[in-house]
Amino acid sequence: MIKREKRRYLALHVVSEQALEKFTVFNAVKASVLGLFGEYGASKANLKQVTFFPEKNQVVIRCSHLMLEQVRAAVATIVEINKTPAAVNVLAVSGTLKSLSKKV
Amino acid sequence: MKFFADLQLLVPLQDALQTEKMVQNASTLGYQKVGIPVPVNVTSQQINKLKNTCREANVDFVSRINLCPRNSNSLLKDLRKYRKKFEIISVRCNTKDVVRQAAKDRRVDLLQFSTTNMRQRFFDNQEAELAASALAALEIELAPILQLMPSSRIYLLSRLRKEVLIAKRAKVPIVLSSGATTELLMRGPYDNAATTTLFDVPMESALKALSSDPLTIVERNRNKLSPNYVAPGIQIVERKNCD
Repeated sequence: MIKREKRRYLALHVVSEQALEKFTVFNAVKASVLGLFGEYGASKANLKQVTFFPEKNQVVIRCSHLMLEQVRAAVATIVEINKTPAAVNVLAVSGTLKSLSKKV
Repeated sequence: MKFFADLQLLVPLQDALQTEKMVQNASTLGYQKVGIPVPVNVTSQQINKLKNTCREANVDFVSRINLCPRNSNSLLKDLRKYRKKFEIISVRCNTKDVVRQAAKDRRVDLLQFSTTNMRQRFFDNQEAELAASALAALEIELAPILQLMPSSRIYLLSRLRKEVLIAKRAKVPIVLSSGATTELLMRGPYDNAATTTLFDVPMESALKALSSDPLTIVERNRNKLSPNYVAPGIQIVERKNCD
């Protein structure tokens, strides 16, 4: 039997002057992972956007637990989104959405 | 609970508001100690102002000076002049002569190298051995990793990977600092630690380089700068007036 893949949920906070659209931050994260770790790394990361809170500038994304550190590194190296200076900080990391909502 | 330190926060000293914002941000991100490089001609008034800003933000201020000497003689001159005035002394090593002197001098705390010119990164096995015996640490700034274009970042990461390996072999402590000049270049300690996976530093060592290693250096220097310090391991415990 194939073991179920473990996931990690990351709550991200974006500091930027521009208004964010639903997939803007996620696309920036994806591009950063692709740039740093290539297609192989991006496929292993298995990134997905879970929720987006435009009023709080927060995004919840999901990745494979094996690639958590790499995804965090990719998130930290984002310095601009849509050619506007920005910073993305990881607010919390959790194994389930329920415990993530308690942490944030 | 881990205590984190960012020993290089490049705040614009002339802009009080921006300084306040950056120090506040460091506190929000989870740092307890912040090292702010000051110019050599800094006044005690400016230092007190920085201390107050840090106190208000609930972080501990660490005074730091970044020396950029042209040769070993000028380094020795600067060390004689400034060692007793600042808690952290960092030396930007641009020549082999300077790095040799800085690595073997016990008054130097941190060794810094150019992030853009790889030919000026002279940290090799010999320097590592000297640094290990003189208790100097290798400082790695993280802001250039965020700022550099991918083509230049490749060379920097490759060089850092080699240097980390050399430092590990010679047991030279590594200190990670943000080197941030704006709020947008500041990251939390765990994010900074994750960034070091790009040059193969395990998460545990990275967290050590952001917490216990810098804290040990600050603690040791504060101890040395205190009026009760006599020599390594000897301190004045009590003073008595024998008149």
